[in-house]
Amino acid sequence: MATQDIPHDVGGGRASLLYDPKVRGIFFQVLVIVALTAFVWWIIGNTIENLKRANIASGFAFLNGRAGFDVSDSLIAFDSDSTYKRALLVGFLNTLVVAVAGIVTASILGFLLGIGRLSQNWLIRKICTVYVEVFRNIPPLLVIFFWYFGVLSVLPLPKESIELPFGSFLNSRGFYFPKLIWGEGSMLVPVALLLGIGMSWFVARRARLRQMATGQTFPVFWTSLALIIGLPLLALAATGFPMSFDFPQKSTFNLTGGFQIKPEFLALYLALSFYTAAFIAEIVRAGIKGVSKGQTEASSALGLRAGHALRLVVVPQALRIVIPPLTSQYLNLTKNSSLAIAIGYPDLVAVGGTVLNQTGQAIEIVVIWMVVYLGLSLITSAFMNWFNAKMALVER
Amino acid sequence: MKYIISGILGAATLGMVATAASAGTLEDVKAKGFLQCGVSTGLAGFSAPNDKGDWQGLDADFCRAVAAAVFGDGTKVKFTPLSAKERFTALQSGEIDLLSRNTTWTINRDTALGLNFVGVTYFDGQGFMINAKKLPGVNSALQLSGAAVCVQTGTTTELNLADYFKANKMEYNPVVFEKLEEVNAAYDAGRCDVYTTDQSGLYGIRLTLGSPDDHVVLPEIISKEPLGPAVRQGDDKWYHIVKWAYFALLTAEELGITQANVEEMKASGNPEVKRVLGTETDTKIGTDLGLGNDWVVNIVKAVGNYGEVFERNVGQGSPLKIARGINALWTKGGLQYAPPIR
Repeated sequence: MATQDIPHDVGGGRASLLYDPKVRGIFFQVLVIVALTAFVWWIIGNTIENLKRANIASGFAFLNGRAGFDVSDSLIAFDSDSTYKRALLVGFLNTLVVAVAGIVTASILGFLLGIGRLSQNWLIRKICTVYVEVFRNIPPLLVIFFWYFGVLSVLPLPKESIELPFGSFLNSRGFYFPKLIWGEGSMLVPVALLLGIGMSWFVARRARLRQMATGQTFPVFWTSLALIIGLPLLALAATGFPMSFDFPQKSTFNLTGGFQIKPEFLALYLALSFYTAAFIAEIVRAGIKGVSKGQTEASSALGLRAGHALRLVVVPQALRIVIPPLTSQYLNLTKNSSLAIAIGYPDLVAVGGTVLNQTGQAIEIVVIWMVVYLGLSLITSAFMNWFNAKMALVER
Repeated sequence: MKYIISGILGAATLGMVATAASAGTLEDVKAKGFLQCGVSTGLAGFSAPNDKGDWQGLDADFCRAVAAAVFGDGTKVKFTPLSAKERFTALQSGEIDLLSRNTTWTINRDTALGLNFVGVTYFDGQGFMINAKKLPGVNSALQLSGAAVCVQTGTTTELNLADYFKANKMEYNPVVFEKLEEVNAAYDAGRCDVYTTDQSGLYGIRLTLGSPDDHVVLPEIISKEPLGPAVRQGDDKWYHIVKWAYFALLTAEELGITQANVEEMKASGNPEVKRVLGTETDTKIGTDLGLGNDWVVNIVKAVGNYGEVFERNVGQGSPLKIARGINALWTKGGLQYAPPIR
């Protein structure tokens, strides 16, 4: 080393830079970063070189090519003339839909089950325990197969569809219900809905201020409900119900018309929700158990009823324990949605797989998969961290 | 997740193996002592394990023919079952030496995917199968508008299907699975009205369904599906060995050399037969390929000639009972034609 002894104020003594723990620390960190970068660089360079040597096309230009295949479930317009890029977008949106729907359902179900496991009622408690133990201990793929092959595929064929009320049908091709078609002047309805939500927020704020000032309570919940449902209904009546329904009809092969939820989506959505709910139930139970018993006793000493004590004292404190592990469950659910491929739901992995095979661009597609799932997970995590910070105990 | 991981592994090995592969596939295969051959996960008549676990079928026998040409022993093959999606990565990455898996030869696969197709071992076309019991009035593919169609992902079938329905202005609802067994199960369970794949495949799949007699294959053939074996680009020696193994099967049939009579034929007075079987004096018929001069003898001893392979696996000697049709030799009005071995 070319370094000389340089005066260094470590306890007044003179030490070589070579032996300075701080300098050494930085030196080794730099060394590791350089080595890592070099390694990644080498891998990438090697791959590009070998792809070239094997005459395999590379790069992302293929994304603008014509897809040539159809996708069964799509939120946006897609046909075989669309590009590969759009196909991947269709898959991504399908992943999002099933993940968001699954997260909402799993949270509600998991919360109820978690509270149920702590119920005073023996039957409820045991049913919830059995549920949790069964679904927590089966691999998610089997839960998906259970719904797809076990439950949904034993439904009758389209010709013998089970007729449900309101013109809906259930058969092995999915669940069909009438599609609402909005007519002229229906724009007033969402406007009324937004107005209702805004007014409810205002009422809730006023009620809280009033309670703070005078101690009098106001039935906020019922008022809000009336505003949010009542105003749009009023708008509908005022415009003379400008809507019609497209009913599913029987045709040669399937039912046509109406809105169809396909069994692939149903199976995946139900399986992910039921599977993750079992884990969320345990997290919620742990959270509630984690709140000291003294808190419940103190609230009943203050005269709060059991329901109020749970809602106002226990749950807010339990949430602080619940949120961080809940984040992991949400991430797991999103990633588990890639099991869709086993039952043919066109999520990002399934559609990406088709694109991969039609174009042979394996590395590019794998990179897209990884970036998208990483991005989704980071966004979920960031949101949950924000929520966690908001819910954390504010110390004064 | 499994698929992502295998994708990454495939991509990673791709980065490393190409160097090893350029050493020469023939040398690699000889050093290993066996041929690693990619086949389907189970398509009756082409590549499917029998009740003893031995791989049977036209594609499997082609693997044996190449092994026989290299080693003089048709049993020195290890089979790798691959889904439609995995097959090209497996070949590109060097996991297999030869892909013999009812794969359609297209320009895209021959160029951008870095593959070389050696020939057409089976001329096929895409067809449709329906359950005639459930859909009594349907006897043409043009009546299929509105149907749910089961199809395997990552195939040319998937693309032809989209083209056909679009060209005929019909609606359909694709139900797409990755594995052949999943498509079969979904079709058998009534998830879709129509099953589409190569017509030869439909005949094979029909036999595996719950009640085969209920199902009929519709007459329309909507595409050309030339199925053949493929190797990696950049290794001409290996490419020639595999290509000429295929031509040897055809030539043997043309000259009437069979598994039963190949030893007698060696003593034949016909100069062409002598040349092909490597009994000509000072012959270089095999050494130029990097093989023994008796390579054709070994192939025919292992699997028979093309006609025998065909009849045993998909023709009259099999449950599929597919007629030779366009797969007959050119001398009998078919398309199978081999350049001369000389």
